[in-house]
Amino acid sequence: MVSVKRIYADFKVFSVGYLRNKFGLFFGLIFPVVLILIFGAIFAGGGDGTVNVYAQNQDTGIFGQNIGDSFLTALNESTTIKVITINPSDNFVDFLASKSASEGIVIPPNFSAEYIAGNQVNITVYGNPASSTSGIVTGTVNGYANYFNLQRFNGTVVIGLTSATINTQQTSYVDFLIPGLIGFSILTSPMFSLVNISSEYKKAKLFKQLSLTPLTKMEWLTAKVLFYILLSAAGFLLMVGVGVFVFGVHVTLSPWLIPFLVLGPILFAALGMLVGTVTKNPETAGVIGNIITFPMMFLAGTFFPISIMPEYLQTVARVLPLFYVTEGLNNVMVYNNISAALVDIAVLGVITLVIFTLAVKLFKWRED
Amino acid sequence: MLPIEVSGLKKYYGNLKAVDDISFTVKEGEVFGLLGPNGAGKTTTIEIMEGLRERDNGDVKILGFDPWKNGYELHKKIGVIPQNFTFFEKTTPREAINYYADLFHVKVDADAILREVLLEDMAKHSFESLSGGQKQKTGLALSLVNQPELLFLDEPTTGLDPNARRAIWEVIRKLKAKGKTIILTTHYLDEAQQLSDRVAIMDHGHIVAIGTTQEIIQQYGSSERLEIKGSQRLADYIRENTELQVEYNPQRGTITIPLKKRTDALASLAAAEQSGLEWSNIQTRQDSLDDVFIKLIREPLDGQEETAPEAKTDKKRRH
Ligand SMILES: Nc1ncnc2c1ncn2[C@@H]1O[C@H](COP(=O)(O)OP(=O)(O)OP(=O)(O)O)[C@@H](O)[C@H]1O
Ligand SMILES: [Mg+2]
Repeated sequence: MVSVKRIYADFKVFSVGYLRNKFGLFFGLIFPVVLILIFGAIFAGGGDGTVNVYAQNQDTGIFGQNIGDSFLTALNESTTIKVITINPSDNFVDFLASKSASEGIVIPPNFSAEYIAGNQVNITVYGNPASSTSGIVTGTVNGYANYFNLQRFNGTVVIGLTSATINTQQTSYVDFLIPGLIGFSILTSPMFSLVNISSEYKKAKLFKQLSLTPLTKMEWLTAKVLFYILLSAAGFLLMVGVGVFVFGVHVTLSPWLIPFLVLGPILFAALGMLVGTVTKNPETAGVIGNIITFPMMFLAGTFFPISIMPEYLQTVARVLPLFYVTEGLNNVMVYNNISAALVDIAVLGVITLVIFTLAVKLFKWRED
Repeated sequence: MLPIEVSGLKKYYGNLKAVDDISFTVKEGEVFGLLGPNGAGKTTTIEIMEGLRERDNGDVKILGFDPWKNGYELHKKIGVIPQNFTFFEKTTPREAINYYADLFHVKVDADAILREVLLEDMAKHSFESLSGGQKQKTGLALSLVNQPELLFLDEPTTGLDPNARRAIWEVIRKLKAKGKTIILTTHYLDEAQQLSDRVAIMDHGHIVAIGTTQEIIQQYGSSERLEIKGSQRLADYIRENTELQVEYNPQRGTITIPLKKRTDALASLAAAEQSGLEWSNIQTRQDSLDDVFIKLIREPLDGQEETAPEAKTDKKRRH
């Protein structure tokens, strides 16, 4: 019979001990935040400050002149914008969506003719009102439009701007980094801790000692899992807070995050337990633990998206349990793609069930 | 029903016969000492009785329970200090006691228990910062939390200073006075003699002697003997002029005469005086538990030697 009172007693002793251990606290909560600050500072704003903007020049030109081309060339010489021209026959809005770009410029077909004739003609600037880069793009295009207007012999205003709203939002590296590092801390804290305690307790015969009390191994493990669920929740809030307030990241918070914040710690606590249980001594346990943890730490979409990795590494990433945590968190927080997140939850649930069952089966309270 | 009934108990680790067919019982309220050299099988025996290890053979009933099958029930009624007791590093003795109280669902006065084992001044220090003896006392404190009727204390005083040892003896005596049954292992024979009603001496997985310390000394020790310093000639003189059995040790220059009755001493001394030879340092001696222990452990009984290569077993035994 599982006793809540015993789980609570064990939880209390364990958390008090954990909070007294400055190292655990540092690696559990502070370290991921430090990583966000470091990586965020390195990659925020895409480095040199120029914004990549897709542009489509539909202008057919007149008298062998193409003013649209000249306009885009001039824009490209600005320090704030780098223009990437796309084929005039493409559907521009679809194209932006496929690149998940939030800014774009379209020059209309009769641009040169109207400009020379002195008739009003508008350039369309696509942008997301919530995005700061959209403001930069609009401002820059506006500036060059004025310049082109002044170039005309009498300085009359012919080029105007039409803004079009687009809902895709360019995901910045920091947006992506937050779910990645939340996954990182969901992996590392319970995993390292349980590899360590399960092998050290075994060596020090602490499990044997606990087996002499009414505490059951299931209750013991439950208390550890509860603790790491709470720790990851705290880490989650801390990291999202830093991301939003320091880097202004755009993440969606939704109840769909809960399955990941619960299943993740269960999975990695159980995996750590399993490693500590099947190995002979703490040294071996540590080595095996690292062999399992490190590839996951780097390859499962924590520090960078797996889409930038070569094909074969992406295949590797897909067998790493952490991948389904980071992918799921990204699907919910960044892409708002709940149906994809449901698949991640299902896969994660199955992996967790298998590892947890295995850990409980193999974990021995006493020897024979 | 006796609190402890063990018969034909065997436990092998591969080829190593850690416990090889031992039988004994312990009565209620008795303090029973398990003695023996390192690797004799004491801890193995105790852990089997506690339900921490599975036996290979034999019958074990502890408070009427089979300890391996019904360990969970048994554990509520026993208290244990394992050999080399350790606990969660960052937990204090007081927290540890309260933790155990919560697990056993009992109300305890943590400070009273700490006072009882002389640990109240360390109540708020984390376990890792305690000295070896203080750690051991924490173990003793924890074994008392569930008010057990039967206690297993595996080397509770190893590594303690003389005061701390005596403090623990006091706790054990108090427990005995309350009628608790106690199994105790120790390498200090004086401790065993002071505390135990009966002892068993184990060696190579066998019980080589069992009984009260007095009975064991009588059975295995040489009886009282007279020792005097003197020459070989004096020894010969006494042998010729009395009916006594006289031994001479030329290195130490001592004459030893076993005393079958008290008047044998008078007869030997009279003969010595009569001889006119030099003699001095009269002493009567009797084997102590130490002497008997060393004798029993040194002289292996038949069939007790390991068949495995010596070097290998030696290493295993020294852990
Ligand atoms: N888990 C184990 N696996 C293999 N051999 C073991 C194991 N535990 C104990 N042994 C061996 O069994 C024998 C008895 O060990 P045990 O610990 O019972 O001795 P002990 O009498 O308690 O010794 P000590 O006085 O040193 O505590 C030793 O030779 C030991 O090496
Ligand atoms: Mg031992």
